[in-house]
Amino acid sequence: MKRQFLLLLLLCFAVAAPLATAQTAEDSPLSGEAAVAVSPAPGPVSNIQLKDTDNDHGHSVTLSWEISPDDGAGLNNVIGYEIHRALSPEGPFVKRAGVPAGSHSHVDVGSKEESSPDYMKDYIDYYYKIRTITADSAVNAESTVAGPIQSYGQWFNTGRVPVLIFVACFLALTLYFINRAKGGADLYVRPLAGIGAVDEAIGRATEMGKPILYVLGLGTAADIATIASYTILGRVAKKVAEYQTGLIVPCYDPIVMTVAQETVKASYADAGRPDSYKEDMVYFVTQSQFAYVAAVNGTMLRDLPATNIYMGKFYAESLILAETGALAGSIQIAGTDEIAQIPFFVVACDYTLIGEELYAASAYLGREPLLLGSLKAQDYAKAGVILIALVGFILLNFGVDGFKEFFFVSN
Amino acid sequence: MKRKIPVIITSLVGTVLILSVFFPPAERMGEDFSIFFDIIAVFAFFLGGGNLVRIHGNKIYKKARDWGFSAVTLAGFFLMLAAGLFKIANPGGIAADVTAQGSLFQMLYDWIFNPLGASMYALLAFYVASASYRAFRAKNKEATILLIAAFIILLGRTPLGVYATAWIPEQFSLMQIPNLAIWIMTAPNLAGQRAIMIGIALGVISMSLRLILGVERTYLGTDNE
Repeated sequence: MKRQFLLLLLLCFAVAAPLATAQTAEDSPLSGEAAVAVSPAPGPVSNIQLKDTDNDHGHSVTLSWEISPDDGAGLNNVIGYEIHRALSPEGPFVKRAGVPAGSHSHVDVGSKEESSPDYMKDYIDYYYKIRTITADSAVNAESTVAGPIQSYGQWFNTGRVPVLIFVACFLALTLYFINRAKGGADLYVRPLAGIGAVDEAIGRATEMGKPILYVLGLGTAADIATIASYTILGRVAKKVAEYQTGLIVPCYDPIVMTVAQETVKASYADAGRPDSYKEDMVYFVTQSQFAYVAAVNGTMLRDLPATNIYMGKFYAESLILAETGALAGSIQIAGTDEIAQIPFFVVACDYTLIGEELYAASAYLGREPLLLGSLKAQDYAKAGVILIALVGFILLNFGVDGFKEFFFVSN
Repeated sequence: MKRKIPVIITSLVGTVLILSVFFPPAERMGEDFSIFFDIIAVFAFFLGGGNLVRIHGNKIYKKARDWGFSAVTLAGFFLMLAAGLFKIANPGGIAADVTAQGSLFQMLYDWIFNPLGASMYALLAFYVASASYRAFRAKNKEATILLIAAFIILLGRTPLGVYATAWIPEQFSLMQIPNLAIWIMTAPNLAGQRAIMIGIALGVISMSLRLILGVERTYLGTDNE
């Protein structure tokens, strides 16, 4: 019995032992590594070129290199490159960035703040090396050390010369037409239907005894569209003060509200009716987009303004506002420089100022010669752009690329 | 003087910001001016909150028309403010993050503020439908062209558009509705958009120059210096 038991035990061991060995070989990473041959190291990158980054304020070096022969070819085991930097060729090297396989260049940008740990001082020597990495962290290849290189800032961004020329020409045109306007020249400016309708809309509100709702949009006080909107608000408020109509200006941004309050107050004073100005005409609502829409829609439906004017920066709320205004039966005039919102306003409003017309509106409303002069310059610049586009179109079709190259702007 | 100083500041800051585009050493000053704006913006939040309380407080005090809405506004404002400032029911106590899961602030945000905002946004779908109905009525030549273009684009973005014109041979593939929709979006539509963009860019430059040169002062309420 004992002998039989021992035989059975031996048999079990004989069967179980190979299985157990196989299990161990699969589970243990150590055994696995021992079983798999170490993959060969890829070739390192070569011909590393270093230069100070062009047209910047310093604190930056641009690297370029020829990729590893095993990047996309050969062993095809390269997954990326690590950029390492040191203050001496001996090191210590610090990893600065990682770039994917196939990359030929990298811009190493350091901080310009001395207090920052990433601060990159100008006018000192830096050395770089590039490590070619594979999926196996133990297998990589280091390039030779390249350098020294120094970073430094440039005084002028040569990549933006075409923009400077254009701005200079535009400035000269503006000054020329302003001077002409000062000299008493009669400058014709094309009529803007939307702006022409403002007076009519204010008159309608006066007749109906209902207020005018002026929405400055969701822009901040730093947005040009909002600044343009202030100028229109100033004109509208002055008319409103003259006609003694009500004005409601709900604001999305506290700074915009503060400026709008001053603008309306000054317009009332200009109209000779400072006593008619009320503090609650211009008020802050909220800085939440849809909560603001809910509040303004509520005002539209409760107060039923005769006219709604939307001027400034608008986003998804544009159609919700304009459709509610249309349902409330108000005359609506809108203007925005947000291209995606223009169609919504065109559909839902009676008059729409498209893009640049918003900026032209204040000059057009005021009819001041100085402002009209700048509008005239804008029209001439537009004609210039059309001409350049036509010439470019023709030359490109005849295979002349030089003209296009002249307008290339780099960062 | 009251109006000269803002004009001088505007001209100075505007000039520096323009120079910072072309002269890298001036970039730093441009960034500093932007930081000044952020600092002022922080103080403006107090102005906004103060204005909100004053306007709605007055309405409630005077029992003005619709003063009930003002009461709801102020109740919501103070409840959110208290929940955030005192971290009411915050699981981690006063030292933990105000947006920690389970805090009253986060619950108010997740279960009241967010659904209300989403509801307002959802209204957009209905407004798009009603606006489209009005816009796409073929009242004249232009509206008819708009209607046809919109119909092709809408159809081109649906499986029906693909199936309806799949039989058109490959050499006339532009006539397949999805391809036609892509062409409308990338050729006439994009050309129109670019024209508007160029106009806007010129308008921005012109407006900026007017502000920098001090020609445009209407935002200061200056008709009479």
